[in-house]
Amino acid sequence: MTFFFPILKAMLVVGITGLIIGIILGIAGKLLAVKEDPRVRGVRDLLPGSNCGGCGFTGCDALAAAIVTGQAPISACAAAFSNHERIANVIGQTAEKAVRKVAIVHCAGTCDKTKLKYNYHGLADCRKISVVPGQGSKLCTKGCLGFGSCANVCNENAISIINGVAVVDRNLCVGCGACAKVCPNGLIEIIPETSKYTVQCSSTEHGKYVRVACEIGCIGCKICVKNCEAQAITVENNLAKINPELCTGCGKCAEKCPRHIIFKMV
Amino acid sequence: MLLQKLGLILVSSALINNVVLSQFLGLCPFLGVSKNTKTAAGMGAAVIFVITISSIFTWLIFNYILVPLGLNYLQTIVFIMVIAALVQLVEMILKKTSPALYKSLGVFLPLITTNCAVLGVALSNVQNGFGLPKSVAYGFCSALGFTIAIVLMAGIREKTENCESIPKVFRGTPCVLLISGLMAIAFTGFAGIV
Repeated sequence: MTFFFPILKAMLVVGITGLIIGIILGIAGKLLAVKEDPRVRGVRDLLPGSNCGGCGFTGCDALAAAIVTGQAPISACAAAFSNHERIANVIGQTAEKAVRKVAIVHCAGTCDKTKLKYNYHGLADCRKISVVPGQGSKLCTKGCLGFGSCANVCNENAISIINGVAVVDRNLCVGCGACAKVCPNGLIEIIPETSKYTVQCSSTEHGKYVRVACEIGCIGCKICVKNCEAQAITVENNLAKINPELCTGCGKCAEKCPRHIIFKMV
Repeated sequence: MLLQKLGLILVSSALINNVVLSQFLGLCPFLGVSKNTKTAAGMGAAVIFVITISSIFTWLIFNYILVPLGLNYLQTIVFIMVIAALVQLVEMILKKTSPALYKSLGVFLPLITTNCAVLGVALSNVQNGFGLPKSVAYGFCSALGFTIAIVLMAGIREKTENCESIPKVFRGTPCVLLISGLMAIAFTGFAGIV
């Protein structure tokens, strides 16, 4: 019995101190309570709650407050696209038709398409490799480094490295944009799910260099521009870009591209 | 005489034994909340409040509850409890009185709970056997040292943020760590004062 006495004493002291502190905090909580807009809570419950930061706010709480005060559009959260209508109901507005957005990696330079300058042994992190002399071991310095920094930041496990290039699983992607922020070469873009064709290259080098570096890279020849009836394709800095709003999905560009770098998405 | 004593505590705990730069306590907020001078000053003010009040309460609890009951070994756990409660209180007060500051401090406000400078000051007060007035003075001055360090850091970071001459690899965190190292070296210069 005497053995247990000091233990009991310690438990009592800590317990009573905790109890007193709890009571004081409880009273203070009531006295200092801040009135919160019930709509903020309602909107927050409809957001995913993963605090990914893809909307540009510090978290789901901050976005909910911003949506209610009108500082952010109802469709600001890409991940909660199926809830946009319900969010609109909570704050008493009608939502615009929301389009689901997904990430896409603008590089198709897989291990068999591009050549290696040297064998890289070191930290497996794209952001670090991008500042190593030569900017990575691939001959093309604008392409996917293949070390999966994007895959590491993805909360949904939607990105995997397949044959040296990051590939997004469109079924899992919520379009938060975390991968796009982390990619040192800026290869990842968040596009509407309905985009029909995309150019899977980000190289702004001259065609001559692209031909040497990669079997498949865009050389900026403008054959796609000439063949596009909807005038949806532009070539800037030796790189073709398709405007998804104008693209009709006829597929002529993909057919005529001498490099076969235009891919069908849907 | 009292003023002389106070001055001595001020110089020795705020500058010479600066919590951040010579005792290496509270580095997390020092690196985390020092991006903006205004936020840094707010964080400093919150830390001053928490450390000063916690010095009073931890001293009272230690000398009037733990020592008479022979439970000195419980100091760490009880102090953490008191500090956590105080941080909650500060959070409520800030949320009520200054929502802007509350927002800009964000997650770092609850993190004052785990700011080791707070616990460090409370424990060293007790270990050095200070009296109540000296504990409070020491706590306040240490927290002032923390504020000085974090505000200086934020000022330097604001200046270097858009500095083109810094090599790309050194921008951001590496630069911040270098700056804090240099600041620590600079603060050793104060050792000659007393």
